[in-house]
Amino acid sequence: MSRKHARPWLYVPLALMAVFYLAPVYVMITTGLKGFDEISLKNMWVLPSSGIHFDNFTAAFEKLAPYLWNSFNMVLPAAVLSSILGSLNGFVLAKWKFRGADVVFPLILFGMFIPYQSVLIPLVEFMKQTGLYGGLPGLMLTHVIYGLPITTLTFRNYFASVPKEMVEAARMDGAGLLATYGYIFLPIAVPSFVVAIIWQFTAAWNDFLFAVVLTNPANWPITVALNNMAGSQIIAWNVQMAGSLLAALPTLVVYIFLGRYFLRGLMAGALKG
Amino acid sequence: MRIKKDTLYSFLLVLPSLAAVAIFVYGFIGWTLRVSLSQWTGLLPDYTWVGLQNFVNLFQDPRFFIDIRNTVIFTLVFISGSLIIGMGTAVLLDQNIRAEGFFRSVYLFPMAISFIVTGVVWRWLMNPAMGSRMSGLNLLFSSLGLDFLVNQWHTTPVWGIAAIALPAVWQMSGYTMALYLAGLRAIPDELREAARVDGASEVQIFSNIVFPLLRPVTLSAMVILGHISLKVFDLIVAVAGKQIPLDVPAIYMWQTTFDGYFFGRGAAIGIFLLISVAVLIVPYLVFSLRGEVEL
Repeated sequence: MSRKHARPWLYVPLALMAVFYLAPVYVMITTGLKGFDEISLKNMWVLPSSGIHFDNFTAAFEKLAPYLWNSFNMVLPAAVLSSILGSLNGFVLAKWKFRGADVVFPLILFGMFIPYQSVLIPLVEFMKQTGLYGGLPGLMLTHVIYGLPITTLTFRNYFASVPKEMVEAARMDGAGLLATYGYIFLPIAVPSFVVAIIWQFTAAWNDFLFAVVLTNPANWPITVALNNMAGSQIIAWNVQMAGSLLAALPTLVVYIFLGRYFLRGLMAGALKG
Repeated sequence: MRIKKDTLYSFLLVLPSLAAVAIFVYGFIGWTLRVSLSQWTGLLPDYTWVGLQNFVNLFQDPRFFIDIRNTVIFTLVFISGSLIIGMGTAVLLDQNIRAEGFFRSVYLFPMAISFIVTGVVWRWLMNPAMGSRMSGLNLLFSSLGLDFLVNQWHTTPVWGIAAIALPAVWQMSGYTMALYLAGLRAIPDELREAARVDGASEVQIFSNIVFPLLRPVTLSAMVILGHISLKVFDLIVAVAGKQIPLDVPAIYMWQTTFDGYFFGRGAAIGIFLLISVAVLIVPYLVFSLRGEVEL
């Protein structure tokens, strides 16, 4: 690079913006670490002064643990299933097109953008009639299906960049559809699987609308339980803050360690490849 | 014919997904449309045809008027805030900054959290209590001597919804930054170098070369943010619960359908939302997919 490093004053606005993004996290963490005796809304911005306590986290965890577990149980299979189906769709729509494949793809994609309010009433009716209403399997199925557009897009874009000579060479060698997918496309698709799975994990973990409409209180995932906790007058704000951090932690950990893949999922969502 | 048979298999391979999308997206939209044209009120389905009555009622409903007004205010504040912050931070980060990766990660992390978490935290930051009970951002402003910034947040009459756009900007401006940064990185350095050689100032380079080239990014960002804004739901619920002054169509639909059993009206709101989003998204989809090249 011929360009020299930036002038120092540029770091002032950059740092101020970092403060803007981190301030809520600061409040969440410091509140979570204060003892119950130190908690008052007046002290919100002050650092803990009488040592580090985990009272708030313990209290929040006791209340939220079953719901965190519900979320994990529902979100992990949903993310994996949706990604496997998405990889098959992406492969066929990019490299083994049937007649009409180019019409089908945008129709699938549109499903990614619809306001779910436009399918909610039939979805509830469907779940009631199939006996899935109220439980986690129904919610999981919902996330698998409505996750298909973005996983299909992720894999299709990736497979579209594979030269079609690869498919032709495989055909010459006598490989059929499944062999081409299994021996050539599946092994090179590992990064796309990471992108699709963490993206689906994040989306399903963070969902509130489907969860609040489709599950009964015993099966609430964490978002519904947290919102319910926040709406209650009995549970103090400090426990709510600690609970928020617990609810955010799994997706934050994924972001911190796999941020690069997370960003690629984001870009795919804007149809930017 | 080997190839023909394989093409049939390829169709069978995606058939389960296609059927799922056909039923759960398009079939259910059709079903919702049918409900929106019915008088269904109460727990038991009632498909008695009432034509567009639910839609007519909706547009004469004062609550729906508040919803539309709130959506417009929210959209304007949310989109302009995200675009300004997103473009500003992207341009700054593009200046060959040390620790660029660190800043980028910090700006983008709110995207990984749910609107519910954001809402629960911001409801305490935007606590509207005044005087001795002051807390959150108001307390911070006041102790920094910035008393003119102390305000009622989302409890402000009419404009309260604009305060809800603040956490939304907090959450989505980093994403907008990422879109702009990708756009900036796609502009060849030669263009800027050539302008520098011709004696253009950095400001001139930005306003005459970079800014116009970023127009497609701005358009995509507006479409993406706009459709999020039309669907805004959980953030408001987490900050303020279900209050009429902060109502939006998505909350009205949820409440009237599942608390009030006005299924016909709820379906009409769902269809209204779908049409608003489609007007924005369909041209965008067509345009984005048209430019694709076959490898």
